[in-house]
Amino acid sequence: MLVGFLWVTPFAALAEYDYINISDPFLNKIPVAAPVFKNLSPDSPSPEMAVQAADLLSRSLEFTGYFKMIDRAAFLEDLSVKGITGPDIKFDNWRSIGAELLITGGITAADNYLQIEFRLFDTFKSELLFGKRYKGRSDDLRKIVLRFCSEVVHRLTGKRGIYESAIAFVSTTTGNKEIFICDFDGHDVRQVTRTGSLTLFPAWSPDGLSIAYTSYQNDMPEIFIRRLEDATERRISYKGINITPVWVPGTQQMAATLSFEGDEEIYLLTETGKIDKRVTKNWGIDVSPSFSPDGRKMVFVSKRFGNPQIFIQDLATGAVRRLTYEGKYNTQPDWSPAGDWIAYSGMENGQSDIFIIRPDGEDVKQLTRDSGSNESPAWSPDGSMIAFCSNRTGTSRIYIMTASGTDQRVLVSLDGKQTDPAWSPSFKEY
Amino acid sequence: MKKTNVYFKVGLVVLMVGLLLTMAACSKKKPAADPMETYPSESQMGTEADQQAAAARAVAEEELAAQRLEEEEAARMAAQEAARMTEEAKMQFVNEDVYFNFDDASLSADARMVLKNKVAWLRENPNASVLVEGHCDERGTAEYNIALGQRRAESVKTFMVNAGIGASRINTISYGEERPVDVAGNEAAWAKNRRAHFKILN
Repeated sequence: MLVGFLWVTPFAALAEYDYINISDPFLNKIPVAAPVFKNLSPDSPSPEMAVQAADLLSRSLEFTGYFKMIDRAAFLEDLSVKGITGPDIKFDNWRSIGAELLITGGITAADNYLQIEFRLFDTFKSELLFGKRYKGRSDDLRKIVLRFCSEVVHRLTGKRGIYESAIAFVSTTTGNKEIFICDFDGHDVRQVTRTGSLTLFPAWSPDGLSIAYTSYQNDMPEIFIRRLEDATERRISYKGINITPVWVPGTQQMAATLSFEGDEEIYLLTETGKIDKRVTKNWGIDVSPSFSPDGRKMVFVSKRFGNPQIFIQDLATGAVRRLTYEGKYNTQPDWSPAGDWIAYSGMENGQSDIFIIRPDGEDVKQLTRDSGSNESPAWSPDGSMIAFCSNRTGTSRIYIMTASGTDQRVLVSLDGKQTDPAWSPSFKEY
Repeated sequence: MKKTNVYFKVGLVVLMVGLLLTMAACSKKKPAADPMETYPSESQMGTEADQQAAAARAVAEEELAAQRLEEEEAARMAAQEAARMTEEAKMQFVNEDVYFNFDDASLSADARMVLKNKVAWLRENPNASVLVEGHCDERGTAEYNIALGQRRAESVKTFMVNAGIGASRINTISYGEERPVDVAGNEAAWAKNRRAHFKILN
């Protein structure tokens, strides 16, 4: 149970895009100050929560790559003592340490009750941009802070961000490849499958309630669709391989690579796994479908011209056009949910790197280099970040970076190898 | 032998009659020691002959048994050798992989030679059905490599079917890059991992 409401709106519409440069938002990060929250419940002091909440806020904003959080040691005034509203703040003190934005928080905790209020200030204009208050239970702290972060990112970028999303991936922690899930920031890792066999290629349903994957639990590569809530499963099993399941955005329809006709082709499937339509018709491996956000175009890998390259097919007309021309091995395309980019991995000399390219074939950019093999790019639901796997430290781990390739860091520390990340849609529809 | 026996028996009877007469003539003087000495010596002679005959039979029997054993042993050895050959052929079928070039599912001349032996084995073992596993090296990406591994397994199957083996006897599976035999990250290891591996299902 979490209740949030806006109680201050000084301006009906903010000049949102003044803060973040949309064309390259990650190179000039906005400096933000987030002091320790003020404890507003003197009856039940909770200094730990006040620090905890401010730390989580800082980490979560910094995670996006849009912000640079200023070290609290540099702060010139202690707002957790002075106060957290406009009149309490001397904006000169924040401008002088370089902060362009200031976020204050006040926390009220009681028995199984938690209330946090947040204010976002523009220090150069010395004005409140917006404030919000959330009420919940004691254990809602993380949820409340992330909800506010989501609001901040929305105000500044016009997009909802990643705070309500999760990442599925494959890990050998148990000795076998199994599917795991964690929050967007690596928090709360949980094991999803226990097949005791080989499990690969997780994909999220558009509603975020199900995961499809390939498993060898019956000694052949079959597709399973699992509802996360109750662990019920449906199986898609044709003769030969059943791999790379994916949903067509905005539908219950799926696509997958099957080989029952003797050739690896991509098929559209109904939600129960019946064949709706064969999409590719070419002697040569066709694999790894991903769809434009409107579901009208499919990007995929084909060996039709001798080595694996990326192609786009228009589902209505069947017209196919080649997307990648550089390199001899381009695979794993993932079409950004924002529609503007397609990420893929390109291999040279046995090492893969992550690239992005416009759907029209322009603007190829290499995002990883000289850092081991980098594979399996997966867009965040807002198209601002990419999860991928890399063996740059010797063992394969899941990494996160911005869509510009900045801020590359490990998502989770787990035993074994981690591969194959899949970023969920945003669970909350606002 | 028979003649000797007749003379021997006649002589024995004459001797015995003579003895009886002598015994009757001088029964007072001589104890029964002499005839007792003589009789056993005759009796001993007969026993020796019997023993010789028995020994001859025993030798003959033994020779026959040894010969039988030799034959049996040879048969057993042959069967064992056949079994060994069969097992060896089977092991060769299972252990000898077919190798591929990078990002390639086509069969090289070497691969075809290996597959010809496998086809021969399948002909000799018409009840056997097999599983062909397609594998890839670690380079490249997992999804594509499962498709490529399937291609490799299928090109092996196609070769065998074209050589007259029933398609229903040959099953295929791809493990892509997930089951390397050598995890070293070098060309020697990659070459070993780009393979079709065989299993006998029954």
